[in-house]
Amino acid sequence: MLHIYCPHCEELREEEEFHCSGEAHIARPLDPDNCTDAEWGEYIFFRKNPRGIQHEMWYHTTGCRKFFNVTRDTQTYEIKEVYKIGEQPKVVAEG
Amino acid sequence: MSEAIAPEKEVTNVAVMNQLPSGAIRAESPLHHAELDKLAARNPRGGGVILRELKLLGHLTLRGSQDNASFMAGCAEVLGVALPTKPLTSVDNGSVSVRWLSPDEWLAVVPMDQAFEIERSLRAAIEGHFQVVNGSGGQTIIELSGPNAVDVLKKSTILDLHPSQFPVGKVAGSVFAKASALVRRSGEDTWELVVRRSFADYIWLWLQDASREYGLVVKA
Ligand SMILES: [Zn+2]
Repeated sequence: MLHIYCPHCEELREEEEFHCSGEAHIARPLDPDNCTDAEWGEYIFFRKNPRGIQHEMWYHTTGCRKFFNVTRDTQTYEIKEVYKIGEQPKVVAEG
Repeated sequence: MSEAIAPEKEVTNVAVMNQLPSGAIRAESPLHHAELDKLAARNPRGGGVILRELKLLGHLTLRGSQDNASFMAGCAEVLGVALPTKPLTSVDNGSVSVRWLSPDEWLAVVPMDQAFEIERSLRAAIEGHFQVVNGSGGQTIIELSGPNAVDVLKKSTILDLHPSQFPVGKVAGSVFAKASALVRRSGEDTWELVVRRSFADYIWLWLQDASREYGLVVKA
């Protein structure tokens, strides 16, 4: 069970209140009408799935119902930081 | 296909309706079928948990940016209380209460016979991008009080209810008995649960079961 800090509610809550929405910082194609199938495929289906540091979106489902970003180590599950949508992570993978 | 669909000018006329039925139509709260008034009339003895439905109140959901001065001032002027900007807090002046839901969303609970007038006044007072929705029919408030009310809540939710973490006036939405509820501590031993209409019966049944060991007193 993860203990997650919601940056909007400004306190730690149990994982049960949240929903993970997958990898963060996925930019929608700027020119969608002229995307190739490969580009759409990359955007919609393909994810980094790293072993180690990952940036992911979480949704405070039963609380404030806001999205935010989490930097988490997928090996240890440790949450390194929490930051709002529109902000950039301070903790990033090496290399 | 991807052209932006935007109105040519800002839509300022919104259809609003008075949801308060006339005297000829019987208003039924989400727990109407539970006949709490009849249960209250035959309460046999005391108990550690006192339950009543704060029924048929006006529930207005307000959305807007805290940076919109017109929104913040308009809400304060019309409601008589300022929107609480500190997360997880509420204000209450006796007839109107406002619960913080998120940084741009609040729940104002007002007397039902004032809800329509308040909604219209808010629309008249506020400029810019905002939203007012009357959701009165969609949810209800269950009040739990008494020395064992907190024990019933501890069985029902994962929130930390210790006074140091959940002081009087605090509001938090969370999972509640596998459903969800907006929990507010309205007094040392008094709690309010805002529950959705479709879950009201389930939560009422849950609360009866969870409070059985302490004794449940139903108030009309
Ligand atoms: Zn939150």
